[in-house]
Amino acid sequence: MSEVALLVAATLAAGTPLAIAGLGLLLNERAGILNLGAEGMLLISAVAGFAAAFHGGSEWLGFAAGAAAGAAVAAVFGWLVVWLNTNQYATGLAVSLFGSGFSAFVGIDYVGRQLGEQRAHAVPILGELPFLGPALFRQHPMVYVAVALVGAASFFLYRTRAGLVLRAVGESPQSAHALGYGVRRIRLAAVVTGGALCGVAGAFLSVVYTPLWVEGMVAGRGWIALALTVFATWRPARILLGAYLFGGVTMLQLHLQAQGVELPSQFMAMLPYVATVVVLVLISRNPLWIRLNMPASLGKPFFPGA
Amino acid sequence: MIRLDVRPVPSLRMSVLSPLIALAVTVAAGGVLFLALGKDPVRVLSMFLVEPFHGVRALTELGLKCTPLILCALGLGLCFRSNVWNIGAEGQFLMGAIAGGGLALWVTTASVALSPWAFFPLVVTAGAAGGAAWAAIVALLRDRFNANEILVSLMLVYVADLFLSWLVFGPWKDPRGFNFPQTVQFAAATEIPRFVRGMRLHWGFAFALVAAVLMWLFMFRTHRGIQLQIGGPAPAAARYAGFSSRSAVWTTLLVSGGLAGVAGAFEVAGPMGQLTPHVASGYGFTAIIVAFVGRLHPLGAVLASVVLSAFVIGGQLAQSRVGLPASVSGVFQGILLLALLGCDTLIHHRLRLVRWTWRTAP
Amino acid sequence: MTAPRLELRHVTKRYGDVVANDDVALAVAPGEIHAILGENGAGKSTLMKIVYGAVAPDAGELLWDGAPADIRSPHDARALGIAMVFQHFSLFDSLTVAENVWLGLSRTVSLREVVEGIRGKAAEYGLDLDPHRPVHVLSVGERQRVEIVRALLANPRLLILDEPTAVLTPQAADKLFETLRKLAATGCSILYISHKLHEIVALCHQCTVLRGGRVVASCDPARESTASLSRLMIGAEPPRLERRPASAGAIALSTRELTLESHDRFGVALEDVSLDVRAGEIVGIAGVSGNGQQELLAALSGEDPRADAGAIQLFGQPIGRVGAAARRKRGLHFVPEERLGRGAVPALSLANNMLLTRKEALRAFGWIDRAALRDQASGVLRRYWVKAAGPSAAARSLSGGNLQKYIVGRELDAVPKVLVVAQPTWGVDVGAASQIRAELVALRDAGCAVLVVSEELEELFALADRLHVIAKGRLSPSIPTAEATVEQIGEWMSGLWAGGPGQAAALAGGSP
Repeated sequence: MSEVALLVAATLAAGTPLAIAGLGLLLNERAGILNLGAEGMLLISAVAGFAAAFHGGSEWLGFAAGAAAGAAVAAVFGWLVVWLNTNQYATGLAVSLFGSGFSAFVGIDYVGRQLGEQRAHAVPILGELPFLGPALFRQHPMVYVAVALVGAASFFLYRTRAGLVLRAVGESPQSAHALGYGVRRIRLAAVVTGGALCGVAGAFLSVVYTPLWVEGMVAGRGWIALALTVFATWRPARILLGAYLFGGVTMLQLHLQAQGVELPSQFMAMLPYVATVVVLVLISRNPLWIRLNMPASLGKPFFPGA
Repeated sequence: MIRLDVRPVPSLRMSVLSPLIALAVTVAAGGVLFLALGKDPVRVLSMFLVEPFHGVRALTELGLKCTPLILCALGLGLCFRSNVWNIGAEGQFLMGAIAGGGLALWVTTASVALSPWAFFPLVVTAGAAGGAAWAAIVALLRDRFNANEILVSLMLVYVADLFLSWLVFGPWKDPRGFNFPQTVQFAAATEIPRFVRGMRLHWGFAFALVAAVLMWLFMFRTHRGIQLQIGGPAPAAARYAGFSSRSAVWTTLLVSGGLAGVAGAFEVAGPMGQLTPHVASGYGFTAIIVAFVGRLHPLGAVLASVVLSAFVIGGQLAQSRVGLPASVSGVFQGILLLALLGCDTLIHHRLRLVRWTWRTAP
Repeated sequence: MTAPRLELRHVTKRYGDVVANDDVALAVAPGEIHAILGENGAGKSTLMKIVYGAVAPDAGELLWDGAPADIRSPHDARALGIAMVFQHFSLFDSLTVAENVWLGLSRTVSLREVVEGIRGKAAEYGLDLDPHRPVHVLSVGERQRVEIVRALLANPRLLILDEPTAVLTPQAADKLFETLRKLAATGCSILYISHKLHEIVALCHQCTVLRGGRVVASCDPARESTASLSRLMIGAEPPRLERRPASAGAIALSTRELTLESHDRFGVALEDVSLDVRAGEIVGIAGVSGNGQQELLAALSGEDPRADAGAIQLFGQPIGRVGAAARRKRGLHFVPEERLGRGAVPALSLANNMLLTRKEALRAFGWIDRAALRDQASGVLRRYWVKAAGPSAAARSLSGGNLQKYIVGRELDAVPKVLVVAQPTWGVDVGAASQIRAELVALRDAGCAVLVVSEELEELFALADRLHVIAKGRLSPSIPTAEATVEQIGEWMSGLWAGGPGQAAALAGGSP
């Protein structure tokens, strides 16, 4: 029983960075921008967050540094694709490649360093509940922040005028431009916000989840977060569901390995990646379903004027 | 306010200048980076820009690094031109390495009598088959289930890497290797023939150059090549003409997977001589940059591979000489591609300073 | 005398070497319906975008109620009371009518107020609209109503309409004119952009004629005839199309109860479309855009090979599932509506663009004989008077009219047995248009079966021997052009033929 509770708790923790990063990418994509640089942004913000937490001694400082680093990288990406109309795929790939090199480069001094003592967290009273306490209420506060962020993003997209404008820009930048909306400014704002969220996710990985800096430690989570936006058919609430699903798969394979299941560890470690492919196949099988939900201008450049 | 105006005709001058400007930006950024780290920028930069070209041995090492980059980038250029975003060349490279390495392992352990020249076409075939099969998964899932090839091909990189790791930790481990995760050293017969004894540069380099020329002929001198390139920028025109987008997905992925697989096979049967968990060295990813810097053109890929190889070698030199992490070459690669993409905007646009001009009568 | 609501002086706008507007002057009085007349490419749309703040002029002055005004964005324009109904709608398919309208209004109103406002304006002007329906289920005419209601809700003092009747049946256009007259009577000025002469004569109080970006005339349309306006617009007598009666032969292309779901998420399904095109005749298909033309053309050309095999027949052979290339091999050629990106690849040379539909320059294994290809392309350029730098010029470097001549020429040069043409002269200047029409008639006289799909009734009446109308994915019976009237075809465009979709709706008590 308590084992299951711990597995649930670990799943929520593992899903949290995916949820936050996926949410950031969803905001990008709702504005029509596909950011393939997610992996690179996560790496850079992971090292930035770790460094800030290491020197500053506060994990919240780490999150702030991660958010700032993610936003800064996203701003460069956004400036290139939104203002200079560079190819979104190529630019995103460049950011990913740059991020993996750059994070390894600046992070070399932090390899093997320890952060200070990890504090235990528990929600008063609820944390004492049998089963539910250890499963749900002894998490790092960021786990709850992620849930709140998803709720906030849902409210923003579907209940506010600004959210409507964002969706409109992603649907038809030409029409939005004709109505006088600053398409490029809105897209850039979405990209930077998404980058900041990816940054928080990256910092969470290195500061709370691992908590270590290792080269390449993001291990494809940026790409999985991109897959999550497809899985979620671009709706925030489903991002959370998908993130916990992937968190669960990751935890389950670790759990099974610890149980000494007779399957080579490498095959267990493949599970999250294989699961991503399987989920993509299942979701994308019906092209109409994807086309109905996908922001219509996703990945396409927008030229104002004329 | 600075504004981008579309040029009526793309600027030829800028399309030549753009890679040079991008290279200059990259070098400048590198210099600033090294200065910030308290290293002598001139000394470190010369490791990237001068030493890889200094002397015959250095040049052969450069060619050795160019080989997998050219092979991978040729296929990627074809893919990207037809709007198939295969970014998993690294995984296809690994599967080619596993197939080629497996063949070499079998020849070694079964003591098959074979000359290296007889083995050469066999290992090429094995590598191509391994890489193409891996890419075929991507093609199948995209064609049949509409699954995004970017994410699928990338996920398969991790899967391939773990699969290789399982092989060398498990069934293919050298029984007398003190439990190191690696296969036995392959027999001499499986070695890719070298140009000169004592130099690591092998005939795979010539294979890559020939492949580049053939790819160039295919892309620009055959109907099929033109067809593949239309599907990317103008899918409606491809439908109008009756060119099949499904066959474009399959062709480009199989060709690029096959080429990446050959690169992997060359790598293990060439300089490595055995399979280890560290076959993946990022060639498949660096090749993405090679493809773009080479303008998705086969001959451009050859030129770009020289620059990127120099970066890779420079990174290794910087690591061994001044204690910089080798990943610094990744930083260079990323900056180069970002700078190039930014500069390329100037081929089709020109910058103009404008002011809003109501109330200024002519 | 009151100051004009809007006055433009010396407005100039260049795109690279092209001068879109050259020293344009214009004055619109309050309550005036002012026409801007000009051919495609005369600079009408650019001028209106400048007034609306969507495009910055290179030079010039704008006065609003007699005072200089500084309009830097559509927001500024709206703040002054300028509203615009766009030619290509600025709507968002996935959003509701109310949300679409809301996005075009100022931030201060709430969505609930917008819903009430839509109901109010709809009642006032007789424009039927449900605020909560998503836009993608609306017909093209209903979409225009959304645009107009959005404009009206801003209580405009100047309303700009860009070719508003392009998507309307003649009857619906009359209804729009009523709305506009009612609006003008309240003191709102209207700028009405069109190239349709009879509309301007019927509706407008004043007319400014643009040609090549310059104002060539300013006149009172009530004192002009369509012929005199046409002379002003074109600068010459419109060329006449010489033609003899057709001598139709055997059936070349036919469809039999063709039924097909649309590929596009917001497309129109084809229903029971039956059609015959005989050798030596030109058959025209009229219809308001978005009534299934795209779907029918894709099914006929083979770009969409999902039809039942027997539903489409070429010389009696079932071809419903045959791809575009194979149909071309059997003599069916197609000229699509979109030139760049479909009929031609923008970045490729004209010579390489030959390869889209022509295979004469190919040798064994698909090897391209480059000399032969260039000769072939040069031949097309020469024979069809295409103005281009040569066969190695990129397709995108050509003007719209020249590219259309090249594409039509490329297909005619193949000596097709059946030719399907969409919008043969859309956006083409008058000289090139008459040349293309003459070529199509000559092709017919040579025994080719020609099917023309167009939204321009005048063009169809000039070209076709028989006419069909497509509405809501269904095809009317055919009628010889000599017996057809604009009124009847207009009614058919609403689906009102015996057994048509409009009739069924009328019988069921719905509005057409």
